[in-house]
Amino acid sequence: MVLQDFGMATSRSGADAFISNLLLAFACLLVFNNMRYYLPRREKYWYVLVISIALSSLWLLTMRVSLWGLYKEDVSYMRFMSQTSNIRYAIGFLMIGCSTMLSLLWYSQQDQQSENKRKLDMERLAREAELNKLRQQLQPHFLFNSLNSISALTGSQPEKARHMIQQLADFLRGTLKKEEQQWTTLEEEVQYLQLYLDIEKVRFGYRLQTNIDCEEAALQMRLPSMLLQPLVENAIKFGLYDTIGEVTIFISAKRVNDLLEVTVQNPFDESTSAAVKGTGFGLASIKRRLFLLFARYDLLQIKKEAQQFITIISIPQQHESNNN
Amino acid sequence: MKAIIIDDEPLARMMVKEYLQSYTHITVVEECNDGFEGLKAIQQHRPDLIFLDIQMPKINGFEMLELIDNPPPVIFTTAFEEYAIKAFDAHAADYLLKPFSKERFDKAMQKLQQQRVNVTQAIIDTALHSPAPNNRIVVKDNGKIKIIPVGQIQYLEAADDYVKIFAAEGIFLKKKTMQHFEDVLPPQEFIRIHRSYIINAQLITRIDQHEKDSHLVLLTTGARLPVSKAGYVKLKEILGI
Repeated sequence: MVLQDFGMATSRSGADAFISNLLLAFACLLVFNNMRYYLPRREKYWYVLVISIALSSLWLLTMRVSLWGLYKEDVSYMRFMSQTSNIRYAIGFLMIGCSTMLSLLWYSQQDQQSENKRKLDMERLAREAELNKLRQQLQPHFLFNSLNSISALTGSQPEKARHMIQQLADFLRGTLKKEEQQWTTLEEEVQYLQLYLDIEKVRFGYRLQTNIDCEEAALQMRLPSMLLQPLVENAIKFGLYDTIGEVTIFISAKRVNDLLEVTVQNPFDESTSAAVKGTGFGLASIKRRLFLLFARYDLLQIKKEAQQFITIISIPQQHESNNN
Repeated sequence: MKAIIIDDEPLARMMVKEYLQSYTHITVVEECNDGFEGLKAIQQHRPDLIFLDIQMPKINGFEMLELIDNPPPVIFTTAFEEYAIKAFDAHAADYLLKPFSKERFDKAMQKLQQQRVNVTQAIIDTALHSPAPNNRIVVKDNGKIKIIPVGQIQYLEAADDYVKIFAAEGIFLKKKTMQHFEDVLPPQEFIRIHRSYIINAQLITRIDQHEKDSHLVLLTTGARLPVSKAGYVKLKEILGI
């Protein structure tokens, strides 16, 4: 309409407005879409400036070329076109600049939101893992059943009940202490295992027998704490729950060159153990831990012989500096 | 009244026996170490009440109960089994969480007396369906208990009130519905291809057109089984063809 005041035909001013605005909208859309795929992280404002200058130049050029194509015989219009180029450029630059800025803000915010969500998800996962670990360490099944045994003993054999409470307390204290220290001697670890086995023996009575045989030379060798316990736990679980009748768990340790070799053996039933998928889990996590400690996958061996499940774990003896 | 206590921990059994002393009309006719002994004792004595632990050697408490026709009322004693507790709650059955007090024990006994219907069967069904699909099936074979890992099952065939289980080691019968097995077996590995057939998808070698609306599936074992129209849709979906 302003153009009409300059004494121009309606059709001409209309076409002018239509083409320039269409091209401008197209440029803005281009910027907006572009941001979806590429969001500048550094020197954002330079990016906005450069994009705006480049795009508005391109816009002006395209507009002039297309209008020239349409109305090149109209000399007065063409002159008017050249005269208003500067102001057109300024308007175009402002419009494109604004839309670039807005889309930059919009996508930055979107980005931020998805980043926040990812962080929250990660935190939630970490929390769940932590909780699972705690639950695992508490061994609720073991704990509640032990308490039940104590409860049963208090009526008829209070002395035995008191003894078992003591063992359970020592065992739990050991569990808490183990969290702090990373390495321990085999002697200490075996004492701790003995507590655990004694409690289990009270629970299962005659069904559970144990046989621990450690070489003198191996007793002072070192190993990561809490490594053997899940192994023995596994052995008891599958020894007791996979077979019927008496079960003997064998634990032995010896020195083989620079390795501490611990063997845990329990009876199992080959025909049904395939059905128990849980078997692998305990061992898989031990394997993983050994890998994290020593970067080796060959430290845990599993053998199945004559209805016996045998796990052999080898622990490299590290230098003193690594022991803590 | 006759009662049987089944628990793999002797002290746990002692506890129940001690609490039962004040119930003079109840006699403990047998104590059992595991589900095998339990099954035998139940068939022999036909008790009016069972005290049953859930985690036991070889087969758990539910798997044992599943092998009994018309199981008697049961008071479950357990230390920590979340899925089991869901099953009890679903049927408003009482259970004892170890360790439990005499008062708590008395309450469970009272509740059991007030219960008009025996909910044992309903509990078994719920418990065996959850939480995850089972990885084994327990059956009775000539009075002996047989544990079949699901991977060894080739296919199942409906046979009146029973289901025939074709496994690597032979054919076993179980008094259950096809629907039951469809629910219990891992759904990605076992496909109900027909009203009367469920197959192990791992063993499929070929699917042939049979008549206009039906197909035949060939298993690696040589078995040829009919596929219904609906079964064919399911088969295609799971195998991705």
